[in-house]
Amino acid sequence: MERVIVCVKPVPDPKVWDRLRMDPVTKTLIREGIPSVINPLDRHALEAALAIKDVSGAEVVLLSMAPRDARPVLREALAMGADRAVLLSDKAFAGSDTLATALILTEAIRRIGPFDLICCGNYTLDGSTAQVPSQIAEFLGIPNIMHVAHMELEQDKRMVVTQKIEQGYVKLAAEPPLLLSFTKKANKPRFLSFLEILAAEKREISTWTNTDLNLDESRIGLGGSPTKMADMLLREKGRQGLRLEGSPEEIAHQLANKIRQLGFI
Amino acid sequence: MGEPQIWVFIEQRRNVVHDVGLELLGKARELANTGGARVAALLLGDGVLPLADTLISFGADIVLVADHPALEPYRLLPYTQVLAEACRTRQPDIMLFGATSLGVELAPRLAARLKTGLSAHCIDLQLDADGHLLQMVPGWGGGVVATIKTPEHRPQMATVMPGVMQKPQPAPRSGQVIPLTPSEDLDLSGPRVLEVHREEPQELPLETAEVVVAGGFGVGSPEGWKLLEELARLLGGAVGATRPPVDEGWASEEQMIGQSGKTVRPRLYIGVGISGMSHHVVGMDEAEFVVAINTDPKAAIFEVADLAIVGDQREIIPLLLDELRGRVKVS
Ligand SMILES: Cc1cc2nc3c(=O)[nH]c(=O)nc-3n(C[C@H](O)[C@H](O)[C@H](O)COP(=O)(O)OP(=O)(O)OC[C@H]3O[C@@H](n4cnc5c(N)ncnc54)[C@H](O)[C@@H]3O)c2cc1C
Ligand SMILES: Nc1ncnc2c1ncn2[C@@H]1O[C@H](COP(=O)(O)O)[C@@H](O)[C@H]1O
Repeated sequence: MERVIVCVKPVPDPKVWDRLRMDPVTKTLIREGIPSVINPLDRHALEAALAIKDVSGAEVVLLSMAPRDARPVLREALAMGADRAVLLSDKAFAGSDTLATALILTEAIRRIGPFDLICCGNYTLDGSTAQVPSQIAEFLGIPNIMHVAHMELEQDKRMVVTQKIEQGYVKLAAEPPLLLSFTKKANKPRFLSFLEILAAEKREISTWTNTDLNLDESRIGLGGSPTKMADMLLREKGRQGLRLEGSPEEIAHQLANKIRQLGFI
Repeated sequence: MGEPQIWVFIEQRRNVVHDVGLELLGKARELANTGGARVAALLLGDGVLPLADTLISFGADIVLVADHPALEPYRLLPYTQVLAEACRTRQPDIMLFGATSLGVELAPRLAARLKTGLSAHCIDLQLDADGHLLQMVPGWGGGVVATIKTPEHRPQMATVMPGVMQKPQPAPRSGQVIPLTPSEDLDLSGPRVLEVHREEPQELPLETAEVVVAGGFGVGSPEGWKLLEELARLLGGAVGATRPPVDEGWASEEQMIGQSGKTVRPRLYIGVGISGMSHHVVGMDEAEFVVAINTDPKAAIFEVADLAIVGDQREIIPLLLDELRGRVKVS
């Protein structure tokens, strides 16, 4: 294979999610002081691409739509072994829903040029829609497979892909060009080596704006997104909140009574 | 043009309908009754026509059936094509999918083909005064809920988590069955299915259990976990888990409840040794009655509990098992 493109998204570090607060007036999340990491499943997508690079020498290109301050996160992904990165940053992209995001990423992929494979994470931690990859594939007019738990390369670029479903799995025969969305079952992302970290310093991160992509602004960003956020609420919990304290015997007795009273025994 | 239509995609594998399709028919029926719309079920497969009556009894006014050998087993591209053609000719107002592994692959591809909006993993749906679909979506591990609208594009599309809508009672009703004829140039170019492997579920499926006993890291050991399984057996329920017990190997991945796992809405949920992180809570919040047992009086799980028990589960669970078996020592 000659080129594999990996879509990666920086997300707020899940370890500090409990520090996320909502601004009660603007109804937006206050992200200040929350560090970003690569979306965890995107590391599995990258590992799959790097494994292909290991056997075929393919060029691995990272693609990310994110604010400009996402560069350190891309640098880290480069240090895993990717060859170069393209960062899409423009005010005009802000507020894009999944359809608009997929449109922007698709246009960038066309600009990067011919490819054999596009690797994505199965879902992101923050948006968690799992929609962007299928939509990129549709816009590019290529097939896609989600929930990839295993990928095997065969002769002449053919692949056998294992897709996890609720009650088992499906094995599919596929060939490039193709888009795959990876789960964490697919592989174990490699560790960073010191040499690669140094080498990554020299690898290029190109930043493209909409001047480069030239997309009609009525199709991107907040205004170009078909879905609109009408409201955002903290989840409220209307529960009885009765407390039960005492000796374990007493508690067990009262709980058993409650369970009988609810009709379960 | 006639009345607006609410479409529900019916997922079936080997001619067995996934429950989420029936749950969505129930919700669609409710929305249709307030908004004066008709409910259509979309059924694709090979030899699926006999399922149409069932779908009508669960609330469909119309069943649109594409019965074709190339539609079994499911493949993404032909399914997208059949649905897109149907949408273009019949112009539904709303189209709903279950957020299953199949639904979350198919719905976004279709939305992109139709260039319309799609919201993911909804936990509730309502109509506003103008008849727009309000799509309630959990965000940030479930700590917040966003309301999404698709004001201008049609259909308004959404995927809905399995288990969050109530499956309706089937009733004798009448409805119309309309065949959809897939076009001659059905796109069969994508990946070919080599094998569909099924692992039979061993236990009662979590999503439909009336009682869920869920364990967290505070269960502490495989031995402790066995006692939870015994408790679930006694109550005719299923065992669920948070993430740490799955990581520890006490429970299987299929048992995980929450944002990255399953959504349950049992009549009784008993959470044992669970702290109550929003990632987990988003998957159990809809339970009817919630009991939580935790040593920490400030545990967040108590905020979503009807009965908050401060205590050590290692002492309470064995005694509770004795109580329920009617084997209490008289002191
Ligand atoms: C993106 C993301 C997605 C996630 N998705 C999920 C998900 O889908 N589902 C999920 O569950 N988690 C999920 N997690 C993990 C989640 O954040 C929490 O780490 C997890 O839910 C905590 O599990 P726990 O309550 O069992 O463990 P802990 O938080 O360690 O809590 C253990 C509790 O047990 C109590 N305890 C200890 N000993 C005893 C005793 N003897 N008797 C009684 N109580 C005792 C303690 O007081 C404590 O409250 C996700 C995390 C991330 C970042
Ligand atoms: N802004 C983005 N930039 C690059 N890739 C993205 C972006 N958003 C989503 N993706 C890709 O799509 C996958 C699924 O994302 P989502 O649909 O948001 O859950 C991610 O794991 C990424 O591979």
